[in-house]
Amino acid sequence: MALTRDDVAHLASLARIDLSNDELDRMLGELSVILDSVAQVQQAPTEGVEPMSHPLPLTNVTRPDVPRPSLTAAEALSGAPAQEQQRFSVPRILDLD
Amino acid sequence: MTTDLTRRSAAEMASLLSTREVSAVELTQAHLDRTDAVDALVHSYLHVDHEGALAQARAVDQRRAAGDDLHPLAGVPIAVKDILTTKGLPTTCGSRILEGWVPPYDATVVTRLREAGMPILGKTNLDEFAMGSSTEHSAYGPSRNPWDLERIPGGSGGGSSSVIASFQAPLAIGTDTGGSIRQPAAVTGTVGTKPTYGSVSRYGLVALASSLDQAGPCARTVLDTALLHAVIAGHDQLDSTSIDAPVPAVVEAALRADVSGMTVGVIRQLTGEGYQAGVQTRFDEAVALLVERGAKVVEVDCPNFDYALAAYYLILPSEASSNLAKFDAMRYGLRVPPAEVDDPSAEQVMAASRDAGFGDEVKRRIILGTYALSSGYYDAYYGQAQKVRRLIADDFSRAFASADVLLSPTAPTTAFRLGEKLDDPMAMYRGDVATIPANLAGVPGMSLPSGLSDEDGLPTGIQILAPATQDDRLYAVGAALEAALLERWGAPLLTRAPDLSQGAVT
Repeated sequence: MALTRDDVAHLASLARIDLSNDELDRMLGELSVILDSVAQVQQAPTEGVEPMSHPLPLTNVTRPDVPRPSLTAAEALSGAPAQEQQRFSVPRILDLD
Repeated sequence: MTTDLTRRSAAEMASLLSTREVSAVELTQAHLDRTDAVDALVHSYLHVDHEGALAQARAVDQRRAAGDDLHPLAGVPIAVKDILTTKGLPTTCGSRILEGWVPPYDATVVTRLREAGMPILGKTNLDEFAMGSSTEHSAYGPSRNPWDLERIPGGSGGGSSSVIASFQAPLAIGTDTGGSIRQPAAVTGTVGTKPTYGSVSRYGLVALASSLDQAGPCARTVLDTALLHAVIAGHDQLDSTSIDAPVPAVVEAALRADVSGMTVGVIRQLTGEGYQAGVQTRFDEAVALLVERGAKVVEVDCPNFDYALAAYYLILPSEASSNLAKFDAMRYGLRVPPAEVDDPSAEQVMAASRDAGFGDEVKRRIILGTYALSSGYYDAYYGQAQKVRRLIADDFSRAFASADVLLSPTAPTTAFRLGEKLDDPMAMYRGDVATIPANLAGVPGMSLPSGLSDEDGLPTGIQILAPATQDDRLYAVGAALEAALLERWGAPLLTRAPDLSQGAVT
């Protein structure tokens, strides 16, 4: 399954990375080589094998329902690119028209 | 005298501190002086905290003078990989997207270091978000190998390996997602352990691949590694994947240094073809030394390890593409507007910021992961990789039925030259072939020096692997091998590394 330049552009937009034309060209070649190699997983004898997502067989880890200290508003906002009235200030989230 | 202090082991430093022959301030200052002398050459650090480290050292000296009960490592300084959050100290993850970010909280590992009274010297360099095997993917320039400044110190934890190998710190914290503690240890002649998955808290460790990441100790001796392991391991309520069980007796195992009666298994798939001759020779000699010390050796077969690299480079990018979605330019980190767009939307700012803030390798892996997880390809790639992961865990289970620990060379080659593999991502990835299976299965692994390769005179490493939660076996076998090798060499391997202060630029 060969990747096209349009595929890479689409993936980049899904990943919210505004790749330049040069980056797209370079990435297309590199990703194709990597994909060819990792496609080797399809040769493995996996018939009837349960997928494994995690090394530890843990389920439903809970903790006592008691309050514990958390960040103050000032601490939480300390790295914000922009803030206003103790809130994160962000660019517009709706289209203009 | 003060410069000699930096050559001691952490255990010796702890002893000098406890008998008050040396103060924590003297010891910390000696390391800071060494950094001033050599880090312009090695570039282990992204940030050095002179004042903070000395303040922590002073506090330890005062507590000791007051007769307080101190942790054995109190006053022994340490360097921390710049992917663990440190309150009040910059944490960049080697990325432009976090340039200047000062976290408002400490990682649990960092909290434990502070509680033990270990002065934090600074934050060490790494490949951006720990994606790489050479530190060449750091946005702030590569670290260099103290054995040969034209060569890589390994990665992603090349800052933590080189900081120890160049005597700027006796101990460091690393993180290992596919070998980032063990491979840097191997190529710099140092020791490093990836503990059992879940045995060291991941709280405050900026996630690369959550099901693979594990922080661990880096040092120059097996005992020092065990001492640090014991400080940072243990259950943490802030990490829901943390194992709620006592920490294995790693220090006791390192002190015992005994392999008699143990069976060591050499992994057929991780030896021979594809391994540099000098790496293989030193490995074979190390195995023979273990036999001399009373171990029984068997060969074990792990046929599905042949698919480990492929599975890893699907699982890791998939998890990374999800984990790195949080760098969205909204709450912290870099925010840059797109060029030539009036009043851009949040989404446009996000995409422009991520393009400007992430390096090539990070972008490659995010896009690869996005592909592997996309509908239509999920079963063929990510789903298939998860099944291979199970097969690899099963291979380990079978192998550990016939051996107490498994052995292989840590990396197929000695340190390669800076730039040599930078334009060939697959060639770079192949260097992780021996370390990756442990991360996929969650089992613990250690690398320690096995000698110098005949071809190039550079350090070679041997890897020891144990069943999950049996980390103490690594230290029993590692310390026994270290003792046998030391007898042979007459002095620690690192005494043969160049003394960088001679060539330091002043």
